[in-house]
Amino acid sequence: MTVFWKTGPLGVAAATVQQVAFVFISLTVLFPFYYMLVNALKTRDDYAFDRVGFPPDVTFGNFSRLFDETPILTWYLNSVVLTGASVILSVAVAALAAYAFARFEFRGGTLLYRLLISLLVVPPIVLVMPLFVLAVRLGVVNTRAAAVVVYVGILLPFSIFLLTSFFRTIPRELIDAARIDGASTLGILVRIVLPLSAPALVTLAIVNALWVWNELLIALVLLQDEGLRTLQVGVAQFRSRFDVDIPVMMAGLVLASWPAIVAYVVGQRYFTRGLLAGSLRG
Amino acid sequence: MRGRAQEAGAVPVPAARRPPALLPASWRSALEPWALLLPAVLLVGATFAYPLAELVRLSLKSSFGQGVGDSFRELVRDSTFLLALEHNGYLLLAVPILTVLAVALAIFLFEGIRGGRLYCVLVFLPITVSIPVVGGVWGLMLERNGGLNTILRSIGLDGLAQDWLGSKDLALWSVLAVIVWSQLGFGVVLFLARLLSIPPELFEAARVDGAGWWRLHRHVTLPQLKGIVQFYVLLVTITILSWIFNYVFVITGGGPAEATIVAELYVYRQGFLYNQFGLASAAALLLLAAVLVFVFVFFRLTGREETE
Repeated sequence: MTVFWKTGPLGVAAATVQQVAFVFISLTVLFPFYYMLVNALKTRDDYAFDRVGFPPDVTFGNFSRLFDETPILTWYLNSVVLTGASVILSVAVAALAAYAFARFEFRGGTLLYRLLISLLVVPPIVLVMPLFVLAVRLGVVNTRAAAVVVYVGILLPFSIFLLTSFFRTIPRELIDAARIDGASTLGILVRIVLPLSAPALVTLAIVNALWVWNELLIALVLLQDEGLRTLQVGVAQFRSRFDVDIPVMMAGLVLASWPAIVAYVVGQRYFTRGLLAGSLRG
Repeated sequence: MRGRAQEAGAVPVPAARRPPALLPASWRSALEPWALLLPAVLLVGATFAYPLAELVRLSLKSSFGQGVGDSFRELVRDSTFLLALEHNGYLLLAVPILTVLAVALAIFLFEGIRGGRLYCVLVFLPITVSIPVVGGVWGLMLERNGGLNTILRSIGLDGLAQDWLGSKDLALWSVLAVIVWSQLGFGVVLFLARLLSIPPELFEAARVDGAGWWRLHRHVTLPQLKGIVQFYVLLVTITILSWIFNYVFVITGGGPAEATIVAELYVYRQGFLYNQFGLASAAALLLLAAVLVFVFVFFRLTGREETE
């Protein structure tokens, strides 16, 4: 859009005010990143002496101490495994269900679909306690399988919603033609519907992956074992571990945040689209 | 299968492509959607239906063997719970702050501004960082001798340097500021995407009619944004009511002296620290009810369709 009004003294003043506002916001956004990074590279004494300036002597000792004193690699691996399993399962199960909603007329279908969508507003805090009690009773606390089942269950309403609306845009003639050729329902889904839905599937995978990767509450409750702890739970408990050694904690925060930042910078387009789609989740 | 058909010396018939049907065709087509839905229904049942039913049961059964509904009576008399609700209420101030800021920034970026592309990337950056990391960094920056106060003192604003998280009066507002910091980018992107989809002719027409900046946005831009703004308000309100556990848990843990406790943290503490399942269930149910009432009223007021 052309900036037709930014002329004349008033317009120049307005443009200046805008620039000032954006510079202020940019600095506010960047400062925590800067703070995290410079302090991760300081010694404990340098941090105590000056918290905002550049490190007088850059040290990587905090990172090596972090690897020595915390199982951060295990946390990473746990998060990767949980995220991978939850994404694959949630997309697969949602695709089956969405295909049923999008392409079949059946008694109770609309009601069931509406019920599913309304679950989008149910917050996890409401579910987590009964789920924990159930997990204890079944003896599956501290198992990855239990956490994955809960993650997939919570991701399903949104996943089904997104895929159903996308599947409905696929021309019916394509599916009818395949059916006349004798293709089975699963065959049509796998060979025709899914390949045509690649953009929606990528978006959904990104949204779900981000959600599981960043999830704290369920991981905190269901995976208490040190060997199963996720990255976010480890990070959330840094403060009590490193209260006297903040630069080590900063190093941990840097290590915990770079994957998503790199992913954002590299795949900004998909990322934005994924988040916008994710906005429909409460 | 084709091999076998050729072995028998027969011309392949279409019927041979399908396995023999166990059920009549009409039954099969009636069962097919349910077979596709089965895994989803089982998983959603386990994660939503079972817990909700269990909450109702636990909330009605009192932990002291008292009568039905005692958990609720005890809950509404618990000053900590009321305090938590009050804090959720204060934090709702984030809704207008985020909405106004995000709309303004999106319009500025849409109109074009020097460095706009860079600002877009920066405004959006906080979204990529997980809340435990956000909470960790801000928790340290807002300390009495943390980064914020160091800067304030170095530019001579010593009077503004406060104990942001240690003071009972300020802690909740500090949490609010962190929430705004990490959530703002999403609103900007959402609104910017909507603005870019408005046909340019609308703006052209208004401009030909001689509309100035304010009138242009008041009569063209804002009406076009109405739907998405309503959606954003719904989303942020639900978030503040029931999805801010992570912020509070990591930044303050509810302190100092319950100055930042919110409803979710209350449920978590009663359930997982004090083993008060009755109280925790009752609080969780009330929280869910509050969200549902809000969503219902919202759709009534805005007249929007449920699945939009």
